[in-house]
Amino acid sequence: MSTQRPTAAAPALETRLAIYRTMAECRQFEARAQELFFEGLVRGTTHLGIGQEAVAAGVAAAMRTDDYTFCTYRGHNHTLARGVPMAPIFAELFGRGTGLLGGKGGSMHLTSVEHGVMGSYAIIGAHLPIALGAAWSAQYRKSGQVALCFFGDGTTNIGAFHEALNMAAVWKAPVVFICENNQYMEYTPIGSVTAVPRPAADRASAYGLEPIVVDGNDPDAVYAIARTAIDRARAGDGPSLIEALTYRHGGHSRADPGKYRPDEEVKAWLARDPLPMYRARLLAEGASEVALAAIDDETRGSVAEAEQEARSAPEPSLDVLETQVWSDGGSAWRN
Amino acid sequence: MAELTYRAAVAAGIAQEMDRDPSVVMIGEDIGAAGGVFKLTEGLFGRFGPERVRDTPISEQAIVGAAMGAAMTGLRPIAELMFSDFFAVTWDMVANQIAKSRYMTNGQVSIPLVLRTANGGGLRFGAQHSQSIENWAMAIPGLKVVAPSTPADVMGLMAAAIRDNDPVIFCEHKALLAIKGEVPTGEQFIPLGKAATVRPGSDCTVVAIAAMVPRALAAAERLQAEDGINAEVIDLRTLVPLDAQAILESVARTSRLFTVEENPRLCGWGAEIVSLVADEGFYSLDAPLVRITTPHIPLPSAAVLEDAAMPSVDRIADTIRRRLEAAR
Repeated sequence: MSTQRPTAAAPALETRLAIYRTMAECRQFEARAQELFFEGLVRGTTHLGIGQEAVAAGVAAAMRTDDYTFCTYRGHNHTLARGVPMAPIFAELFGRGTGLLGGKGGSMHLTSVEHGVMGSYAIIGAHLPIALGAAWSAQYRKSGQVALCFFGDGTTNIGAFHEALNMAAVWKAPVVFICENNQYMEYTPIGSVTAVPRPAADRASAYGLEPIVVDGNDPDAVYAIARTAIDRARAGDGPSLIEALTYRHGGHSRADPGKYRPDEEVKAWLARDPLPMYRARLLAEGASEVALAAIDDETRGSVAEAEQEARSAPEPSLDVLETQVWSDGGSAWRN
Repeated sequence: MAELTYRAAVAAGIAQEMDRDPSVVMIGEDIGAAGGVFKLTEGLFGRFGPERVRDTPISEQAIVGAAMGAAMTGLRPIAELMFSDFFAVTWDMVANQIAKSRYMTNGQVSIPLVLRTANGGGLRFGAQHSQSIENWAMAIPGLKVVAPSTPADVMGLMAAAIRDNDPVIFCEHKALLAIKGEVPTGEQFIPLGKAATVRPGSDCTVVAIAAMVPRALAAAERLQAEDGINAEVIDLRTLVPLDAQAILESVARTSRLFTVEENPRLCGWGAEIVSLVADEGFYSLDAPLVRITTPHIPLPSAAVLEDAAMPSVDRIADTIRRRLEAAR
């Protein structure tokens, strides 16, 4: 794997422990969400990012609190990484009235504007132009905010990707595009449907951008690359396109066991599971087992507590059905 | 009072709002230095500068998507789609993203933007540069739809659209750009959702929008002169929100309803009006509800074919005359 080793030193231990905590929260939350799906408590569909936590956690640690996150239907990790509490996310997955979106959005549309999470978008490619628009707004308002836009490898083959990259480069917009290359677009190996080996990085030069490939299972490397790109955007030097190489441990969505993937490949990536890898590295580099175990335990506790809170929440009141189509709170289209 | 063209009223309406609110910005193809391919934004670039009037590449998804992202984060963008037919290129942004995000996020997200577009036929541009798309937009919950017919309405409704906190599709009719009309002096503002009775009458109600309004008016004048039929003409001005009460109140007096629609027949905006009147105004009716529309075809380019396709003054007058006689 030819990835760029960031030149910057590893972040401070405190930051690394925070990143580890975020990764643990994402992993444990999603593992539980998957179990609850099979129990029938989570309805509809879910797209899990188990195995890809290092990207969301590493980037989030490099963000300013008022920066914007735009993510996809595989967006639980990115939402949790910005500090959105677990209980309303569970409640949204369970279809409860206390859900993050009041039960109107579901797993694929998690949004928490107060945490800078400007939406999870479920039509491939749509949020790249939208993130560019938020960056344009920040540029116009001189707010210093940066928009971070996460998407998968499959997105690099849709038109909106190319339109957004070009316009962002022309406008020098403060936006960082992060492609999580998990090797598969839904059920199909990305390499078999893409004209270049690196679906994002090999397109960067078409927009005057540097090709950047990073080990997406190494949160320190992700943090450092994100830091550089975010600083660059904030300084007015324009967008970046980062390709983070990673792997989806499970299938595309709830119904997909992912059997189309060679056993050897799955085994090799599971051996590079970002959670135990990072834990071992932190232990070797100064963190105590006590501190890491405490994070693991506390996370288990908060996942269980959030689940209980969401389970006991009521279903949405039917009063909300026809609300919030318009800014007056209602849905009237006539007098 | 000043006389303005419909075309000049577009730029004047935008300028009025850009003067009063620095969060109003514009993007689109050729809108800046070039002043727009229809010269609808002439003068704005020089007056407000490239930061507020931004030229874009030919990238409709990026234009509309960027407008959404900016609207979600504190601006009031106006995006121009050069021809309304190009909405088809960026329909995901319009129908899935812009229209639904407030509802899906339970009100966390506001999208105060205006998508302006040159809409409609009559210029011999053929089927991909002549469509009436207001009924596409009308079918999507979460979009407001405006289609003015006069320079004064363009200015007043532009102000309302820009100040509105919801997404508005603003259809500027290509065949009306050169028409002139009086615009009152001072700040212009006409609330969305208020129809205008542009010709009072007692024998039938004729409902129209945009380029069909002057045709309906000309047909009404002919019917008055030749047949003594006194038609009331209502310009809806906005389809969403819809001034249903204005239609119902008129039909309660005239007992007869005609819609004049430029869109192809199936699911045109008039179908909704007819359904509404059949449901809520049925007992005041004396005759069948009649829709006068373009046939269910793409618009052809040759003058004689395009003219035959779109509702003409002749066809409107003849249809009304024939249907009123049949009902006697």
